[in-house]
Amino acid sequence: MDSAINGFVRALRAAGVAVSTVETLDAARTVALLGWHDRAVLREAFGTVLAKSEDDRILHDQIFDSYFSLPTQTAPKEEADQPAAADATEADEENLDEQLELERAAQAAGVDEIRWSTQVAYFTGRMMKAMGREGDSELQRKARDVVRRRFELYGAPATEAFMSEVLVQRPIGRLVPSDYERLKAAIARMARRLAQRHSRRRRVHQGERLDLRATLRANAGHDHVPFKLRWRQRRRDKPRIVAVCDVSGSVAAQVRFLLLFLYALHGTVLDLRSFAFSHRLADVSDPMQLLPFDDAREKILSEVGGGSTDYGQAWADLHHEHLSSIDRHTTLLVLGDGRSNYGNPRLDLFSDLAERAARVIWLCPERPGSWGSGDSCMLEYRPWCTSALHCTSVEDFERVIDDVLRVAG
Amino acid sequence: MATENTEAAIPAGLASIEAVGDALRGANYIPTRAVATSVYLAHHLRKPVLIEGPAGVGKTELAVSAAKALGFELLRLQCYEGLDESKAIYEWQYGKQLLYTQVLKDRIDALIGGTSTLEASMQRLDGFDDLFFSRRFLEPRPLLRSLEQSSGSVLLIDEVDKTEDAFEALLLEVLADYQVTVPEIGTIQAQVPPLVLLTSNNTRELSDALKRRCLHLHIGYPDAALERQVLHARVPNIGPRLLSQMVAFIQSLREQNLRKPPSMAESVDWARTLILLHANELSEDLVQDTLAVLIKRESDITEAQPQLAKLVKNALAAAADS
Repeated sequence: MDSAINGFVRALRAAGVAVSTVETLDAARTVALLGWHDRAVLREAFGTVLAKSEDDRILHDQIFDSYFSLPTQTAPKEEADQPAAADATEADEENLDEQLELERAAQAAGVDEIRWSTQVAYFTGRMMKAMGREGDSELQRKARDVVRRRFELYGAPATEAFMSEVLVQRPIGRLVPSDYERLKAAIARMARRLAQRHSRRRRVHQGERLDLRATLRANAGHDHVPFKLRWRQRRRDKPRIVAVCDVSGSVAAQVRFLLLFLYALHGTVLDLRSFAFSHRLADVSDPMQLLPFDDAREKILSEVGGGSTDYGQAWADLHHEHLSSIDRHTTLLVLGDGRSNYGNPRLDLFSDLAERAARVIWLCPERPGSWGSGDSCMLEYRPWCTSALHCTSVEDFERVIDDVLRVAG
Repeated sequence: MATENTEAAIPAGLASIEAVGDALRGANYIPTRAVATSVYLAHHLRKPVLIEGPAGVGKTELAVSAAKALGFELLRLQCYEGLDESKAIYEWQYGKQLLYTQVLKDRIDALIGGTSTLEASMQRLDGFDDLFFSRRFLEPRPLLRSLEQSSGSVLLIDEVDKTEDAFEALLLEVLADYQVTVPEIGTIQAQVPPLVLLTSNNTRELSDALKRRCLHLHIGYPDAALERQVLHARVPNIGPRLLSQMVAFIQSLREQNLRKPPSMAESVDWARTLILLHANELSEDLVQDTLAVLIKRESDITEAQPQLAKLVKNALAAAADS
């Protein structure tokens, strides 16, 4: 098999595009069909054959550009340079020799194995040794360029994938601001997964009960001899969720995450109302639905954020003003640490809300060991919750919401 | 392999990527290079194409036009929840079977009349057991019909994301090997592999098995040049000035924060509307009156309304420049 195709597929895989052997073979057949000579045609064709989704396609196009360009060129700009190319043939030939040498050295040094940016110097050294020309600073510069490009091709995407994987398991309290962009992407991915899994009404077989009417109708053409059986099916309703999110000072470290999570949920669950509170409760469904995340967060925090927590007041507000939004089909989802500054927790109201709702799920960023310590009311609220869970990472949240959506309805 | 046999029979419209493009243009469909490439590869690699993209960008239209351009018959399978093999692949004609047993009763009686024991009658009937489960009583549905076309066909499996996982699995045999298996008869192989196009609106993630068997094509919203060409092809009697203004306006409207931006189908409808109204150029009033053709959601209309004056003005200026 063509080594160029092989290398290209390897680079795609490193970037997280799942390319199977069948697709690699298809790529080889494509080349047999179209030849190597037209770069633009090949880019289109490989994109069609190797990528399996729009995201894959974007990755593919990027990697195609950097893989199928000359090793010492910094950017793939051949198209623009073409008119001048005729004069430069001689210089090119010399250039080509050098590039071949660099390519061989790169292979001998195993540069494709590079994973971390800190390895660039090490692999450059090995390449220079392989060429036996240590000390040639011009050549060394070119060798370093080669290594750096290989890193972008093979190493950087793998590093990125690794970092995302670590991130979804990291406790949200320990996230640093530099993680936020990546976190946003991870949560958006999570929301998309959840949406795909749960957005449609599902039909489920209800045991194996015969639907007599439908069966008779379906077999009218056969003199009502029941050749085709029709079974009773039950439609499962879409989940209805009311989410209440604590945005007060005590959870300041997690607020960003909790809101981001809620924001992602709005893209997933159609029938979702969300409320945020420190002491007064506010309906934040509209900003969550209409504004980009950063604007929505700012608006919510300026409206209700930052104050000292009062769960009792929040339940009172929910009970007085939004009671109608909670009925026996609703899942009440609470995001918060249950620390209420020694105020009245208003268990009477909370229990009433819990009894009206189908289920109450409390997601608490604190570990169960510290529930009940100091001003935490978690232990008092817990008996009224269908489940009270300790949730720290993106992964935890995804699991819980997946369950909520599956059982709901 | 089999490719060599069909080599001679490649329709002129599939000889090269350019030929595919020209053929589609001949059928009034303006293809991008990605579209032409994937149709070309679909035929030559013998793989189905999975077309994704927002509603109204011409996914289904591509299949219709490809059939027209290549002179193939179009077989369409509209997917929905609960679709099963009796609707998609084949169905036994129970009624006909019943009727035939009744009509042929005398013949069967006569046939086994001479035998004295039950066993002997059974033995004699054994020789005819395939009679009622033969091709004669099989009602072919789109998938089977497309395999039986001897002169080539385009099989459109529309909105495949609406079906359940179970049906997707049923499709795999057809998509990978161009054959279907009927337990009573055996495997039916395609005479000429059809050109298979699947469309999906991405309401759910399709299985990896299905994706792996398909080439992937994403059709997005058209850019200005493409939109111009399509509008010109679909609504030929539109004046060049109005056309430029429309394209500039629609392109800028898509950049607004709309839930459902207008897609190709809407802009063609809008062009037809403006022709009906004898409009020669865009004006704010005209856009206000006809906005409902372009934007279908109430909330999007309220979102776009305050911007309209500015957008129209910019579109007029941009069209005057070009």
